[in-house]
Amino acid sequence: MEPIIQVEHVSKTFQSTTGPVSALNDVSFTIDKGEIFGIIGLSGAGKSTLVRCLNLLERPTQGDVIVNGSNLCAMTEKQLRESRRKIGMIFQHFNLLMQRNVLDNVCFPMEIAGVSRRKARERALELLRTVGLEDKARSYPVQLSGGQKQRVAIARVLAGDPEILLCDEATSALDPQTTKSILELLQNINRTYGITIVVITHEMSVIQQICNRVVVLDHGELAESGTVEALFRAPKTEAARRLIITGMEQVEQMKGARLIRLTFDNHSSFEPVIGNLVLQYKTPVNIMYANTRDVGGMAQGEMILQLPDGEIGDRMIDYLREKSLGVEVLKDYVE
Amino acid sequence: MWSKDMIMMLVEGTGDTLYMTLMSTLFGYILGLPMGIILTITDKDGIRPHAAVYKVLDFIVNLVRSIPFLILLILVIPLTRAIVGKSYGSTATIVPLVIAAAPFIARMVESSLKEVDKGVIEAAQSMGAGTFTIIWKVLLAEARTSLLVGVTIATGTILGYSAMAGTVGGGGLGDIAIRYGYYRYQSDVMIVTIVILVVLVQILQGLGMMISKKIDRRRA
Repeated sequence: MEPIIQVEHVSKTFQSTTGPVSALNDVSFTIDKGEIFGIIGLSGAGKSTLVRCLNLLERPTQGDVIVNGSNLCAMTEKQLRESRRKIGMIFQHFNLLMQRNVLDNVCFPMEIAGVSRRKARERALELLRTVGLEDKARSYPVQLSGGQKQRVAIARVLAGDPEILLCDEATSALDPQTTKSILELLQNINRTYGITIVVITHEMSVIQQICNRVVVLDHGELAESGTVEALFRAPKTEAARRLIITGMEQVEQMKGARLIRLTFDNHSSFEPVIGNLVLQYKTPVNIMYANTRDVGGMAQGEMILQLPDGEIGDRMIDYLREKSLGVEVLKDYVE
Repeated sequence: MWSKDMIMMLVEGTGDTLYMTLMSTLFGYILGLPMGIILTITDKDGIRPHAAVYKVLDFIVNLVRSIPFLILLILVIPLTRAIVGKSYGSTATIVPLVIAAAPFIARMVESSLKEVDKGVIEAAQSMGAGTFTIIWKVLLAEARTSLLVGVTIATGTILGYSAMAGTVGGGGLGDIAIRYGYYRYQSDVMIVTIVILVVLVQILQGLGMMISKKIDRRRA
């Protein structure tokens, strides 16, 4: 795969009144052309700073950001502005121009690029059709719902003909239903126009729904990276676990328990594994949590089980591993 | 008191006051608007932070604003003479009015522009918009309602200042109020001028608010 964004040893330190604050610390990763790439982290992990380093809205204190082979950090102000036109960005709070109607909002990037007014309007209408809002062309942002505003923002960003689309918590202000439809729209855009999409979020469900690969950011450092499936199945770091394992907080409160997390996909969900497990060992297990999600058309599930103590628990773990389920021991002690 | 001469004088005075007020507002904005823009963009979280430029301009604005208008009126007489050729009359009064109004206008423009959502500015930057585009199409366009309210306030304030200029032969309604109402004890003339001033302020205020509401798209 051809890389489109290379982040190389990027660090960012802010000067605050109480002294320097490090937001990013030696972060490196590569995003390939045409993929949907996720950056996940808890709030305060440095996600927003990192995404702003990708188009140099924030200038890294150290390191380089290379987009399409050219180093943004080495560019003049003018070259940088040109490059930014190829990197679109959508935001949590949409950031539409409130005094312009929907059509003129979509025309805005074309005005900046010097497209004639007539051509811009034609293209804007076409894009509004793409996002399903052609009937709102004359409305003002204040008259739209959150989901509609984000659709306008997406049409606006497409008007700039970007190669890359950065989404900064683009669905965090939306309800689950709207989130789903916006993510579907982003996926369509990725497929139709071949635009590389970078998704910044604190929600694993968003990553699972559309991303191919993901990096986990924790306290300004890259904790983990890999495919979404691998991360979901076996998060290696504490930071990743916190983000991925639903109900991790409850797990931490469950005392004196031997807890494991099972992950399963389409194939393994046919067999009644837990039922068979209980039958085989004649010992009950306690299901603490279970959930199934649709990930790219495939069922992907997770379950947190409380196993009995001692040797029988060990054998149960082996049994589950044999069934080719993802098994991960969350807590393994007896008080 | 209602002689033809008196009525003519009041009509002329009203005309002079409007002339001084509107011209001073116009020139005040020609000076104050760029100052306000520069204050906004050179501030530390502006789009072109520049501490030195900001501090110098900030100081000048504060300095001029702290001089009482009556003192300023006298202080700038040499400048007024140099520009207008004389130091009395309504045209001459425009000079000190502009000097007093510009920093005040700059501050109001600054506060209006700083109300513009930082996220929208960031969005424009992410699209590759340059400084000028952001000033023109984002800052001024998005803040237009607030800017217009500012114009209304500025016009009202300048109208009040223009009346004060009457004390040193500035012309207009203030001049009439002082010469007839105060020096000659004709309180009826004074009351009439005050009534006219009140009506003028009401009209300007009403008009300004009406237009600013009309051009605001932020309410459904």
